[in-house]
Amino acid sequence: MSIELGHFALILAFALACVSTVVGYAFWRGAGRTTQFVQQAAVMQFLLIAAAFAALVYAFVTSDFSLKLAYDNSHSLQPLIYKITGVWGNHEGSVLLWILILVGFGAAVAMFGRNLPKELLTLVLATQSLLVAAFSGFALFTSNAFLRLDPPPMEGHDLNPILQDIGLAIHPPLLYTGYVGFSICFSFAIAALISGRIDAAWARWVRPWTLLSWCFLTLGIAMGSYWAYYELGWGGWWFWDPVENASFMPWLAGTALLHSALVMEKRNALKIWTIFLSIITFSLSLLGTFLVRSGVLTSVHTFASDPTRGMVILALLAAFIGGAFILFALRASSLRTGGLFAPISREGALILNNLFLATGLAAVLIGTLYPLLLDAIAGKTISVGAPFFNLTFGTLMAPLLVLIPFGPFLAWKRGDLVAVVQRLGGAVAVTLLVTLVVFILSGAQFSLAPLGLLLGFWVGFGAIAELVDRIKLGRIAPLESWNRLKGLPRTAFSTALAHFGMGFTVIGIVATSAWQGELITTMAPGQTAQLSGYSVVFNGTTDAGGPNYDAQRASFTITDPHGGVRQSAAERRTFTASRQQTTEADIQTYGLSQLYLQLGEAGDGNTSVVRLWYKPFVTMIWLGAVIMALGGFLSLSDRRLRVGAPKRKARQPMAEPAE
Amino acid sequence: MRFGLAIVVAALLSLMPVAAYAVNPNEMLADPALESRAKDISQGLRCLVCQNESIEESDADLAHDLRVLVRDRVKAGDTNQQATQYIVDRYGEFVLLKPVMALHTILLWFAAPGVLLIGLVVVILAARKRRAALPPTLTPEEAAALASLEESGVQK
Repeated sequence: MSIELGHFALILAFALACVSTVVGYAFWRGAGRTTQFVQQAAVMQFLLIAAAFAALVYAFVTSDFSLKLAYDNSHSLQPLIYKITGVWGNHEGSVLLWILILVGFGAAVAMFGRNLPKELLTLVLATQSLLVAAFSGFALFTSNAFLRLDPPPMEGHDLNPILQDIGLAIHPPLLYTGYVGFSICFSFAIAALISGRIDAAWARWVRPWTLLSWCFLTLGIAMGSYWAYYELGWGGWWFWDPVENASFMPWLAGTALLHSALVMEKRNALKIWTIFLSIITFSLSLLGTFLVRSGVLTSVHTFASDPTRGMVILALLAAFIGGAFILFALRASSLRTGGLFAPISREGALILNNLFLATGLAAVLIGTLYPLLLDAIAGKTISVGAPFFNLTFGTLMAPLLVLIPFGPFLAWKRGDLVAVVQRLGGAVAVTLLVTLVVFILSGAQFSLAPLGLLLGFWVGFGAIAELVDRIKLGRIAPLESWNRLKGLPRTAFSTALAHFGMGFTVIGIVATSAWQGELITTMAPGQTAQLSGYSVVFNGTTDAGGPNYDAQRASFTITDPHGGVRQSAAERRTFTASRQQTTEADIQTYGLSQLYLQLGEAGDGNTSVVRLWYKPFVTMIWLGAVIMALGGFLSLSDRRLRVGAPKRKARQPMAEPAE
Repeated sequence: MRFGLAIVVAALLSLMPVAAYAVNPNEMLADPALESRAKDISQGLRCLVCQNESIEESDADLAHDLRVLVRDRVKAGDTNQQATQYIVDRYGEFVLLKPVMALHTILLWFAAPGVLLIGLVVVILAARKRRAALPPTLTPEEAAALASLEESGVQK
């Protein structure tokens, strides 16, 4: 019964979204009652979709296998958390999760957007409703999660074993929140294009949503990367796979948007470009969520296996992206640009930032789509893999990393490059010194690694240098510096933190790629292996098991270079329902580095293949991403930006040097 | 990564064996220098039955065969290029994870640099236009003239 109610709620939400779209677009001018209606409709849509989603969760938790989706993706013996995450561990459920987050954002705008101009709010919510209508229609007509089975089976299939992981509980919701949050920027852009009104206030409104989505997307990507790292079983953390690229592209575009919206908010310039980026970012988010599941990206065969769904997805993507760009082409010229500035200025630096991010984005986009296009047009099949992306994307990003520290030092409107270089002298010196020390300690071998480190340290120390400079550390009394530090706006810290996180990640990437240790060997119980100063004793394997799997468990005794001893265990699991095998690597963290142990196939007698990796500073890759996201959240907590900050009149547009 | 970011793809792929780093000790060459070269070559070759994995990373049977083949070629004295070409001759261009630079991949290789170039030109042109509109700063002579004017003004 609850399943039918959920289904009905979804249908109602679809209908309501359709009505709200039509009413919103038809009567947005001089909106009064219309605004109220679309606001209430947005909140209602959220409640209805939440009810539909709750019905699904309830069916999964109670193992109601009369629901086809639960039968396909759940099992009564699964731990509760995987019963819940199983709801979105499949196509239909994840689409509904996506829609749930979409209506969540819509409702948030409706509730917190009271102080927006009425016409703008109406148009934004109408566009949101259009998105809801399109995708809840897609869910209803091609991906119905509420199908029943009669008679109900006694037991369900398992959730795909590789998805039975805490990662599934965290990663998709984070990623989807990031993707979907950009829908708000998209709707604001569409609203601006339709109404022809766009100003700094618009940017002030869009930026928190961009920032919020960007933070979640950053965390989502980092989480996905870490999940792959520990689950794949060999410690790779980024593969330039189309699916990964699909999430990375909105991140690149979103990062560019974040910076261009800054220029627009502070200086009222780059309006058309910011609108363009808003559209691009959400379009790429749509690609990220839906193109990968149309089957087009990964394999032509999965596309053919469900042609209707794939075609509908492509049609929706084409309609939204194409429609937005047609609107853009027609209306963009009506937006007046303003805000003059010299080439060497904060604006100029941010434009360069956008240029390089856009180029990097183009490299990833073309690398991802080119094989498909070539196959479709010329019938030639080629592969574009990690070596291509590392070369092109890496080369394009290096100059951006060099530029990052300069940006925050430059003044708005007209900057003084010579003065900035002087103020960055300390950071240059520290960077060179630290890199030199690492270079010598690591054996003074010439390779790309020291260059990469140089970039990483430069970005990191450059970020710190900005704070040091602003509090005049060393130039005035320490107490006074401390007072200045306390007086700095939060956004100053957030910029420094985000840039510092970037440097942190770069260092992690370089260090782990350059100095990874690897040992693949067959071990008998009692045998010892040596790797990068760690000695690992293999204690043999035993049979183990969990609620829905059997396992071979290998235990190891690890002695680290400082003499500390740890016990560890890695497993190979075989899931009872599907007979699928997974490897559960054991990861031991030492400071920022990790030792990665994986149990391979059993060999002769009681020997086993054992694979060991030493990953120096590998955790910096993800910690850096977390630091970046923290920077974003810190900026969001700044009163000036807080969504619906109550004392609106206290807000002073440009009272302090911006970040 | 096959499954980290899109669950659905993972679900579609669930029929395939789960990836585990697949090089086995018995495949490896005794000479570490040769093994490291073989590894470099393998990392640039695609496992044909997998999703964007190199043969070094895949535990599919085909990947195993190719790894052994690469190591045989390296042992037989092939250079990296020869060994790679040997595989390409038999399996086609598709196995290369880094596509060749040829007529049909020109757009692939030069699109991003092209975007950068066009972007730079647009930015520079826009900057010129803006500079023309920007109120000019004073030249030293003008500043001196202004100062003397002010001075004479004060005297008056």
